[in-house]
Amino acid sequence: MYKRPESLSDVRTHYCAGCGHGIIHKLIAEVLDELELREKTIVIAPVGCSVLIYNYLEVDGLEAAHGRAPAVATGIKRARPEMLVISYQGDGDLLAIGTGETVHAANRGEDISVIFVNNAIYGMTGGQLAPTTLVGQKTLTSPAGRNSADVGFPIRACEMLDTLEAPAYIERTSVHNPGAIRKTKKAIFKALKYQKEGRGYSFVEILSMCPTNWGVQPPEAADWVKSDMVPWYPLKKFRDRPADEDADKEKAS
Amino acid sequence: MSEKVLMKGNEALAEAAVIAGCRHYFAYPITPQNEIPAYMSRRMPEVGGTFLQAESELAAISMVLGAAAGGVRAMTSSSSPGISLKQEGISYIAGSELPCVLVNIMRGGPGLGAIAGAQGDYFQATRGGGNGDYRTIVLAPGSAQELADFTIEAFDLADEYRMPVMILADGYIGQMSEPVVLPKPSGKSFEKPWALTGAKGRKKNIICSMKLIPDTALEEHNLRLQEKYDLITEKVHRADTYMIDDADWLVVAYGTSARIARKAVDRLRGEGIKAGLFRPLTLWPFPEKELYEAGSKVQKILTVEMSLGQMVEDVKLTMNGEVEVDFHGRAGGAVPALDDIIERINGYERENHTHVQAS
Repeated sequence: MYKRPESLSDVRTHYCAGCGHGIIHKLIAEVLDELELREKTIVIAPVGCSVLIYNYLEVDGLEAAHGRAPAVATGIKRARPEMLVISYQGDGDLLAIGTGETVHAANRGEDISVIFVNNAIYGMTGGQLAPTTLVGQKTLTSPAGRNSADVGFPIRACEMLDTLEAPAYIERTSVHNPGAIRKTKKAIFKALKYQKEGRGYSFVEILSMCPTNWGVQPPEAADWVKSDMVPWYPLKKFRDRPADEDADKEKAS
Repeated sequence: MSEKVLMKGNEALAEAAVIAGCRHYFAYPITPQNEIPAYMSRRMPEVGGTFLQAESELAAISMVLGAAAGGVRAMTSSSSPGISLKQEGISYIAGSELPCVLVNIMRGGPGLGAIAGAQGDYFQATRGGGNGDYRTIVLAPGSAQELADFTIEAFDLADEYRMPVMILADGYIGQMSEPVVLPKPSGKSFEKPWALTGAKGRKKNIICSMKLIPDTALEEHNLRLQEKYDLITEKVHRADTYMIDDADWLVVAYGTSARIARKAVDRLRGEGIKAGLFRPLTLWPFPEKELYEAGSKVQKILTVEMSLGQMVEDVKLTMNGEVEVDFHGRAGGAVPALDDIIERINGYERENHTHVQAS
């Protein structure tokens, strides 16, 4: 029978209707239960809508300054290598103010898992232009729509990190419908399992909805992920080195 | 173990951190403290520790925050412009009540300034530096030996009060090679039930500086921090004095300025002029009680700094107008000249003499 994962706290959500964070928090909690990692996990809270993630997961929680979550994760993972460390971040955190930390933690191959929630907008501050805001997308600070001649094009995090040698696992998924959610859970499972096995840096980008700041109803928001975000941010496994290694081993034996 | 070794101040500090049990060191290169990361990059692997050259100061201090949250002794070092970058993390560490040691081997500013030693970061170090109502304990070593000794103490103070402790020394102190007797570990140990070690057999631990609920949570947090700072103000204040008992003129200085001032006191005493030296060893808390006691017995105080007047404000606040406080400072890596200090105090003597004759 389905019940609340042990890793998910019994609290009322503060997220808006139709927001993807709640779904993603629950997926993480389910995976932590399945991998029996709840008692060994530290979640790093970013600055952004998910700043209170430690209120939703029954694991030890740590706050990072805006954009610094991968550096904070690096510090605690180096201090407590036996712990599972999750750096949970939004698009402004990961690709604007924290680009340096993102790239360098990945480049060092830190044995951490980064869960990147991309909803193409700044949520907590009220809907400003994000590094992942689509061209033409209207936000509080791009009222006429993102003008690529002025502020450039939306950054593709997976593709950028895929140029680095060290990362073990990079995948982009979405939570716009039940099928996509199932695939996202699989990706989170892989990322955390690989970290449990000490197999290196894992990165899961999840396309998600922000109906409030997009100014649309939740169903429309889910549709927009599919119609507008996915074409620019293809859902794809970019790298799965542990799986490749396992397959090679099997072949050899 | 009490054998003297010739070491650069920066290296003495680094080895003392290892002796204190620091096994996690994160930093970004900057002159004049580069000997510390170089030393740690060799030494940390020898003792099973972590040396990591971070991508930035912002990242380095955040790594310190992460490691400290894991309950280990963590340290970072930098120099003035780098410390400015670290202020973000220092404020978070203070708000999150995590222990760590920060080292600022000061150079001249503002901005990129230059690499020669200076004391222009006194305000930044003693007034918080980052955003919000917080303090860091600031220790002011004046030699390679003190860089080592104070480092041992800094880790204990950080653990005892769960806050960042800064070692503030000018570049000359860090760069100079001097005989050092490496200190012994203090032997103190600290329980860290708040550390993030996994929510096994206990409720989850959360370490954060954000306090939202209830509405009064952040003020209560600030008041609790203030209580801690009040306690530290009461307990942690230290100064070194030299020839002050019968002094007419008191020089107040720390770091390299104090070394020059001490020489000036010797010369003046040789000429029969009663000068003394007051050297704060803690800059926050400022040793007000000790200075007031020493300062209220003299005719005039001369504060000497390698800045254009920062610590002098604390000296004036302490004396509260009861004794005249004069100032002599050099900036931008320049060092106060021995003769200038001597001449200043000779001037007081002459003035005094004229005054006495006239009356």
